[in-house]
Amino acid sequence: MTDLASQTIEKPQPSAARETVIRVRDLVVAFGQTLVMRGLDLDVYRGEVLGFVGGSGQGKSVLMRTILGLVEKRSGLIELFGQDRDRLSSAERRRVERRWGVLFQNGALFSSLTVRQNIQMPMREARHISARLMDELAMLKLELVGLPASAADKFPAELSGGMIKRAALARALALDPELVFLDEPTSGLDPIGAAEFDELIATLQHTLGLTVFMVTHDLDSLYSICDRIAALAEGKVIATGTMEEMLACEHPWLQAYFHGVRGARLAGARKPNDMRGRE
Amino acid sequence: MATDLDHTARLSSRREGETARFALGGEWVLADSAALEKDAAGMAAAARGSARAIVDLAQIVRLDTAGAWVIGRAMDELARAGVVVSMEGARPEHAILLQEAKFRPFEAPSRCRRLLVIDILADLGSSVVSAARDAYNGIGFLGEFVAAAGAALLAAGRFRLTSLVYHMESFGFRSLPIIALINLLVGAIVAQQGIFQLRRFGAGSYAVDLIGILVLRELGVLLTSIMIAGRSGSAITAELGSMKMREEVDALRVMGLSPIEVLVTPRILALVLSLPLLTFVADMSALFGGLLVCWVYEGISPAGYLSLLQAAIGRNTFFVGLIKAPFMALIIGLVAAMEGMATRGSAESLGRHVTASVVKAIFMVIVVDGFFAIFFAAIKY
Repeated sequence: MTDLASQTIEKPQPSAARETVIRVRDLVVAFGQTLVMRGLDLDVYRGEVLGFVGGSGQGKSVLMRTILGLVEKRSGLIELFGQDRDRLSSAERRRVERRWGVLFQNGALFSSLTVRQNIQMPMREARHISARLMDELAMLKLELVGLPASAADKFPAELSGGMIKRAALARALALDPELVFLDEPTSGLDPIGAAEFDELIATLQHTLGLTVFMVTHDLDSLYSICDRIAALAEGKVIATGTMEEMLACEHPWLQAYFHGVRGARLAGARKPNDMRGRE
Repeated sequence: MATDLDHTARLSSRREGETARFALGGEWVLADSAALEKDAAGMAAAARGSARAIVDLAQIVRLDTAGAWVIGRAMDELARAGVVVSMEGARPEHAILLQEAKFRPFEAPSRCRRLLVIDILADLGSSVVSAARDAYNGIGFLGEFVAAAGAALLAAGRFRLTSLVYHMESFGFRSLPIIALINLLVGAIVAQQGIFQLRRFGAGSYAVDLIGILVLRELGVLLTSIMIAGRSGSAITAELGSMKMREEVDALRVMGLSPIEVLVTPRILALVLSLPLLTFVADMSALFGGLLVCWVYEGISPAGYLSLLQAAIGRNTFFVGLIKAPFMALIIGLVAAMEGMATRGSAESLGRHVTASVVKAIFMVIVVDGFFAIFFAAIKY
């Protein structure tokens, strides 16, 4: 994996003509009287890694869950792969759901299944895959995410936090999705593990052409693998853009976020131009 | 530009003397996996007898790990058949993918087959061992509980009164309607059957003796215990089990608090106090159910029913049932708490322990009731 990561592949440059994978317009989400999203707009383009930041309790996970359809929206438009989600029949919606993979914050592995069975779960739903190919693909995915083969027959309760994240990523990638949602993928990992995870996501993104929607607080991940960053505050996306644009942004919260003690240390350590230093 | 042809996997093979040439095109993705595997299997057959094989990937539109894996597997099969294989025309991103998903044999999951007889015997043995271990642990747990309860009762400051009252409300007070209802019905059913069977001997009014003795000695306490084992025992196991799963029990322990004292003692004490009260309610409603049926079927007036009842039962009949209640509560509470504390990480384990808690508690309640019957008969009470 490391020798592959050193090969450089040209990333598609952002341009107006790029295909929009997720398009959110004027989204309103509320729990009772509390408005969580107040007219939020967001675009995610094909092939990019979008880092999504925001203060704790601002609703980053709520937005992700709303896009996934786990939280009801009050009004607004959500388009997935160019289709309005409200207009999809249940069969079409299932087809859309097969095109994405989700890594939940705590892994959400099925505790009564082994890691291998967890990874094969979405494949089993597809039905037409031969047992041999399923076994082989599950082992391949395990290796791709950097887990030893011995982990295949372990239960989630026997795994460490980092291994659970990796196994959950392997499950999210089981059907080779086009779009991957990652909810704080590097939280709870040590810095080495987090860097490996970033590298893994970058490699997979190049090879599989993944589109990645990543909720994260990890400034390292934001610097190293995100093509664009979107910031959430007061129920809206207050800014989107590359790291340079974020650093230049005047908004006080963004200033505090990126130019705070931790952010400033990283910004000083790397010039914005070699942000993708790990590749 | 994009035609239908681009969306299906294509494979064409050509022979150039000693060289077999495979041109792959279209989408090699998981959605088509069955077709891909068939195509790839055909490659080995098509290349038989040739010395070299060239796999041309230039026409591939889309490739995912499954497609790359199947191509890699086919190439590996060719190589093992003694054919020199090479790849050409792969796009850079496809080349990376083919490299990442290069075929390597994985150990097949070990499914060791054993003799059924041995499995059954092993199962039987482990059940016996675990039953013995349960009994041993149960006694240990009882000791821990008695020590914790004793300590709590002696040092009044450590007694968790709020917790006790809260659990008495949820185990006792909130069970009142269902306990009263089922016992009313059972009392009525026993009375009706008693009247019909005894009437044949002209002894219909003896149904009152039957109701009084059966309900007060056995049925009231037994039905209440079984109901509470299902209702509150399972709740205790589920509560403690999920607290164990989420490390809340460990959090208590590292704070220097004993989970037995904080979690288990109030619950078991609440059961021990509630169950006799519930048994009393159960007895009364079953007798009332009997009263209604005797009145309707046998024409025994309520006043007549009560005087017949007084003649039929003594104070001891009433107390036999009530004396048993706290012991039943102790059994239900201990089994439920033990099962809860034995829960491990998974949701499945929690489900298994909740089931085991209810089944074991009901079984133990009935066994102990049998011992009580022998005991009371021996002391002629």
